[in-house]
Amino acid sequence: MDNKGKIIVVTSGKGGVGKTTSSASLGAGLALAGKKTVVIDFDVGLRNLDLIMGCERKVVFDFIQAIKKECKLNQAIIHVKQISENLYMIPASQTRDKDHLSLEGVQEIMEQLVQEFDYIVCDSPAGIEKGAKMAMYFADEAVVVTNPEISSVRDSDRMLGFLDSSTRLAEVEGKRIPQHLLITRYVPERVENGDMLSLQDIDDILGIPLIGVIPESRIVLDSSNQGKPVITNQDDVAGKAYQDVIKRLLGEEIPLRFIEAEKKGFFGRLFGAR
Amino acid sequence: MSGIFSFWRSNKKTSASIAKERLQVIVAHERSAASQPEWMPKLQQEILEVIKKYVEIDSSALNIEVRNEGQDISVLEINVDCPIK
Ligand SMILES: Nc1ncnc2c1ncn2[C@@H]1O[C@H](COP(=O)(O)OP(=O)(O)OP(=O)(O)O)[C@@H](O)[C@H]1O
Ligand SMILES: [Mg+2]
Repeated sequence: MDNKGKIIVVTSGKGGVGKTTSSASLGAGLALAGKKTVVIDFDVGLRNLDLIMGCERKVVFDFIQAIKKECKLNQAIIHVKQISENLYMIPASQTRDKDHLSLEGVQEIMEQLVQEFDYIVCDSPAGIEKGAKMAMYFADEAVVVTNPEISSVRDSDRMLGFLDSSTRLAEVEGKRIPQHLLITRYVPERVENGDMLSLQDIDDILGIPLIGVIPESRIVLDSSNQGKPVITNQDDVAGKAYQDVIKRLLGEEIPLRFIEAEKKGFFGRLFGAR
Repeated sequence: MSGIFSFWRSNKKTSASIAKERLQVIVAHERSAASQPEWMPKLQQEILEVIKKYVEIDSSALNIEVRNEGQDISVLEINVDCPIK
């Protein structure tokens, strides 16, 4: 029987759209749903996932060291117990560069991880260079993070092209990698005012299934400050929206939430109160 | 949209709809470029240089495309807008 873990890449092309925020929350959410999960930071040279997941003080070895066999793989894996017994992460190297990411090296690690974990979430760096290509190469599924913003949508479309052509699934097995669109930093009020692309607009252009819409939320920064992925915040809209994404990833069909502007009174509208 | 300000919005294009139109054009363009053979940019460059020896054109006057016409046939189509007098 094939009980191998599933590899999910979180990618976007454009920088700063919420890949790391999403990777941390997806990882934490899957772990809290009972899945043994490891999140890997592929942003070699710009380690960040450790901070967002609140385990920066526990970093001893990193992904590149594990690839180069300067440590055992287990030594590079950090148990993120304070969030979930099921949650682990592998930090990026801060001192080396992406040239140390070799296809064979990454493959060897992935082959070990799929034996041990239910989910392997790969936090891709921005851009279309080696780090991003490596993060997606072995994936079984892709989550494409897009902001409702013109350059982010264009870059996402380019990433969809790479996902179709430059992954193991495409190259070796001739299959199409399942792709999910995750729209983040959505502001329904601005969409209603006509100065932000709507999910319908983005869907029309990219044409891949939507896995979720994460509203813009001030709590995201707050969560990063504390090193607690926003999905662990039960009261916040972004946290709840990420929880919905987990349910959909695990096969539930649930409606989108937080995509309509809140109805405001006349004065609320006038003064732009939230 | 409601309220007293909506009347002057209604006949004006929103910036989001402008963004959408621009995206549709550029994404379609980039998708078709991505589906072209790898040697296409080089071929385009070389053909352009050859033509330039004889007539003055700029790069936007040259359009090259490989099109699939049914199962086993693809057509290399070269179009040049040429200002010969
Ligand atoms: N839903 C949201 N609401 C508000 N702020 C958000 C939201 N999602 C992400 N952000 C903020 O956007 C910024 C960029 O997020 P993040 O680091 O996750 O992006 P990234 O795609 O990983 O960036 P990079 O390309 O540099 O790796 C952060 O400051 C984060 O707090
Ligand atoms: Mg990041």
